[in-house]
Amino acid sequence: MTRRRDRSAALIAGLICVGLIIAIALVSLLYQPYDPSDTSGGRLVAPSLAHWAGTDQLGRDLLTRLMMGAQIALVAGGGSVVIGGVLGIVLGLGAAFATRWLDDTLSAVLDILIAFPTLLLAMLVIAAQGASLGSAVLAIGLAMSAIVARLVRILAKRVLAQDYITAARTSGSSWPSIIGHHILPNIWPTVLVSLAIQFGAAVLAEASLSYLGLGAPPPNPSWGSLLQQAQATVYTAPLGAIAPGILLVLLVVGMNLLADGLRDVGDPTQRRRA
Amino acid sequence: MSENPGLIVRDLEIFSADGQTLVGPVSFDFNPGQRLGLIGESGSGKSLAALAIIGLLPDGLSSRGSIELGGRQLVGAPERIMNTVRGTDVAVVFQEPLTALDPLMRIGKQLAEPLRRRAAADGERLTRQQLRLLVRERLADVRLPDPDAIALAFPHQISGGQRQRAALAIALSGRPSLLIADEPTTALDVTVQSEILDLLDRLVDERGMSLLFISHDLAVVARIAPRVVVLQKGLVVEEGMLADVLANPRHAYTHELVDSARSLDNALDDALNGRDA
Repeated sequence: MTRRRDRSAALIAGLICVGLIIAIALVSLLYQPYDPSDTSGGRLVAPSLAHWAGTDQLGRDLLTRLMMGAQIALVAGGGSVVIGGVLGIVLGLGAAFATRWLDDTLSAVLDILIAFPTLLLAMLVIAAQGASLGSAVLAIGLAMSAIVARLVRILAKRVLAQDYITAARTSGSSWPSIIGHHILPNIWPTVLVSLAIQFGAAVLAEASLSYLGLGAPPPNPSWGSLLQQAQATVYTAPLGAIAPGILLVLLVVGMNLLADGLRDVGDPTQRRRA
Repeated sequence: MSENPGLIVRDLEIFSADGQTLVGPVSFDFNPGQRLGLIGESGSGKSLAALAIIGLLPDGLSSRGSIELGGRQLVGAPERIMNTVRGTDVAVVFQEPLTALDPLMRIGKQLAEPLRRRAAADGERLTRQQLRLLVRERLADVRLPDPDAIALAFPHQISGGQRQRAALAIALSGRPSLLIADEPTTALDVTVQSEILDLLDRLVDERGMSLLFISHDLAVVARIAPRVVVLQKGLVVEEGMLADVLANPRHAYTHELVDSARSLDNALDDALNGRDA
């Protein structure tokens, strides 16, 4: 089926894009062409053998800063997904099992949280905590948890209404065992796809916050702050804006492709019949 | 094996959230090792009665009256008690095996979980290897061919009859003394239906279990239960040995049931005779 082939092509393309960014981040942990705060390269030098991507307006090697930016992007995406995922799943399951009144209240709160702009929420957290990568991740994770919780709630409710839950209960399964054995495995494929998409969104959100100066403070080379710095010199040294832009697109598009491809993997009813 | 309790249902009533009486008052009982057929059309409350016995009425529904199993009162029993009753004292086989099995879990794993739990309740700890052997044994007990392959299959990969056998194996995994079979053959085609009935008949006999067999089909019940209770609109309209009920139905509804079962039979006879002539 062509549809299946599309999916696995998406999975492979996504893995390549995301894998590339992860590889860059891993390399930057072990090896950097220059010290990221070394300003001896001369200001706005064009790409050369010594500086593959040129230098920025302070004379720092751009390639080094782009590589370090990959670490920040992955930490921002991963951290937000862990916070948003864990909190969202707990809240969503809680709402699914709660009494009618508590469920309605929780759902209303979640709807308000979802309607609240992520960047505004992030600014509130940052105002309280100070600008840092940690605050940005916390804020993005909190905003994400509402989206995940709403999804988990509706999925868990659907699973709870299934005959196999009643059947499991008639055989004496306790609720924790039913959650672990039946509910989580059955909602996981969909939740995983959502988390992959949210990962991309979180990377973008962190870049936006850094662009606004609300993310990791300088000299941290978040791709968002690189974009912001390159803004002034975008006509004379366009690579400074293009390169972080391309990396951002690569990671976000890669995560979305991965999400699309993952849809089949967790669902054995979509696999070939034995 | 735990002692074999009888089931005594007295004045069982089931109410909806707005206080309407859905079932009852209904009374029936049977001794350990006996079989009882609960017959009624859809909506007669027979499945609700079964759910009330295991304390799993749908949200908003409540029950009143008395359900005693082996001398233990189940109406109003706390969830903690009911959880130990379910699976080990009473187990249920449902009508539609495809939806009663978790679509994302391999058959072997679905069977292993209650087996492990039953062993734990008896104070045993099973190794993975022991558990695997036990799963295979139980799948072979329900006459599933190639138990190793079935154990690794997902529900959608095996046939309807095989699924119902697997569901039966899961229900029996806790060695219950009472098995409730809620229309267990209704979703299957006739030849498979007959195989499952034979299997159920044999397993219930071998293990000395009591059986509450719920069906709308008099002919099916006739094969498996000697005594029947007929429900209509939540009330018992007839009760007695199947032979008596068939020979001398007292209630109009039972008449209808017997007549319709007969007319199917006659149609078969006519077809046969027509071919002979």
